[in-house]
Amino acid sequence: MLELKNICKIYNSGSVNEMCLFDDFNLTVPDKQFVAVVGSNGSGKTSMLNVICGSIDADRGDVIVNGTNINSKRDFERHKIIGRVYQDPSKGTCPSMNILENMSIADNKGKPYNLGRGVNKQQVERYKEMLSQLGLGLEDKMYTQVGSLSGGQRQALALLMSTMTPIQFLILDEHTAALDPKTADIIMELTEKVVREKELTTIMVTHNLRYAVEYGDRIIMMHQGKAILDREGDSKKSISTEEIMKVFNEISVECGN
Amino acid sequence: MALLISVLEQGLIYGIMALGMYITYKILDFPDMTVDGGFPFGVVLAVVMIRAGVAPILTLPICFLAGCLIGTITGFINVVFKVRDLLAGIIMMTALYSVNLRIAGRANLPMYDYYTIFDNKFLDSIFTNGPLSFLVSFRTVIVLLVIMIVVKVALDWYLNTKSGFMLRAVGDNDALVTSMGVNKGMVRITGLAVANGLVALSGSIYAQQQGYFDVSMGTGTAVVGLASVIIGTSLLKKVSFFRVTTSVVIGSIIYKGCVALAIKAGLQSTDLKLVTAVLFLVILIVTMDKKKKVKG
Repeated sequence: MLELKNICKIYNSGSVNEMCLFDDFNLTVPDKQFVAVVGSNGSGKTSMLNVICGSIDADRGDVIVNGTNINSKRDFERHKIIGRVYQDPSKGTCPSMNILENMSIADNKGKPYNLGRGVNKQQVERYKEMLSQLGLGLEDKMYTQVGSLSGGQRQALALLMSTMTPIQFLILDEHTAALDPKTADIIMELTEKVVREKELTTIMVTHNLRYAVEYGDRIIMMHQGKAILDREGDSKKSISTEEIMKVFNEISVECGN
Repeated sequence: MALLISVLEQGLIYGIMALGMYITYKILDFPDMTVDGGFPFGVVLAVVMIRAGVAPILTLPICFLAGCLIGTITGFINVVFKVRDLLAGIIMMTALYSVNLRIAGRANLPMYDYYTIFDNKFLDSIFTNGPLSFLVSFRTVIVLLVIMIVVKVALDWYLNTKSGFMLRAVGDNDALVTSMGVNKGMVRITGLAVANGLVALSGSIYAQQQGYFDVSMGTGTAVVGLASVIIGTSLLKKVSFFRVTTSVVIGSIIYKGCVALAIKAGLQSTDLKLVTAVLFLVILIVTMDKKKKVKG
């Protein structure tokens, strides 16, 4: 279970540009829940993920995982139980290394990166098997540099790599935003499959309202650092894209957009 | 012939230093000025140790470890105190100048009458009186080649370990290193340690080839290293059967060859650093031009 308690975050504190993003923000995500988060730019979606992952520190408040406060843990320590896929496909993989090397790195997560051989040849077949499930033909490109793959292929690989080892939370930061609509659909279906198979607690930030409606057990709309809409269970299932769009337009009008 | 041998000797010795700079400059994207102090640091340690009676071959691993320590400090300044990479190196380079003087006790320290890795009874038994006497003028080059092969194989091996993978990943995409639950700062420090270990190792070999320490020996080392790395990685890019590490060493030999030719063409040995700098500038401009063409 993941809890955010009384999170406060002020940017440019003490200057004329002071901006209070979160003022007493609370969120509880139970185990195995798949949460979709939507909201306009600057509403605090990505900042929320960054606070969870430790990429930015909250000014006040607690991040609690399974009852343990992880405020003092640094980003890389938190990532031991968190898998994260970024908007930018190049952030989840190493461009100058080949697919096999990238997967070997990911497969070793949680174990020490010592002087053992980087690539274990015996795992090649297992990796190929995993890649073939993506249906993108990557299993025949084990020795291709990841930098020469397309954005969609890299994002699929990044998704696979972030979920290869046992993790508790999956953080998806607009992970389909940089992809063309068709590839985005493929990645989204892969995401759903992985999340359900591994029963991961997932927070997905997206600008695509359709994905937010179609996928996930719960939908949250963020606005000015607050969750102005939060539905789960049956009320989430019955929600329509139009309904979300309506709320979305209302807040946009309010902002003068 | 003498010129060729001299170029090979210099190129191979500086090649080991260039391998260190390959790690910092190409892999970590860290222009490490520490080498201007780290190279003579290796020189002075080797000279002092050999004068004190330490076996010459032992000075190599000791200098490597001492270099690792220096690299660790540079990394620490950069990662923990968040001092910019270039400045962290300059701070270390400046500090090491005095450290080197302290270790030597004076600005110039010779060791002409001591056995070294290039001049000892074992090599005499092979080259001077032994079966390979026809290769006697190449003996320094042969010893250097052996050392080079050991260093290159070791570095290639390291870059293919899990730790080496992390090192390559941190320069490529440090977000991935964090995602793997690894402290990217520690990985950078490790990389700088290994790199400066190689630099000091190179210095300890240079000491035994030259037979003395001089406090100004280090000036311009970083430029030589960077030039070698850039020649090696850009000019030899198309030759795919070379590993990058081999390309860097060849780059170092080419660079030393160019400098030697320039001096031979009539410039004086006092112009050496000027030639070094101008040649580096030319190489930078030439390789930059290439990149533009690719983009356009």
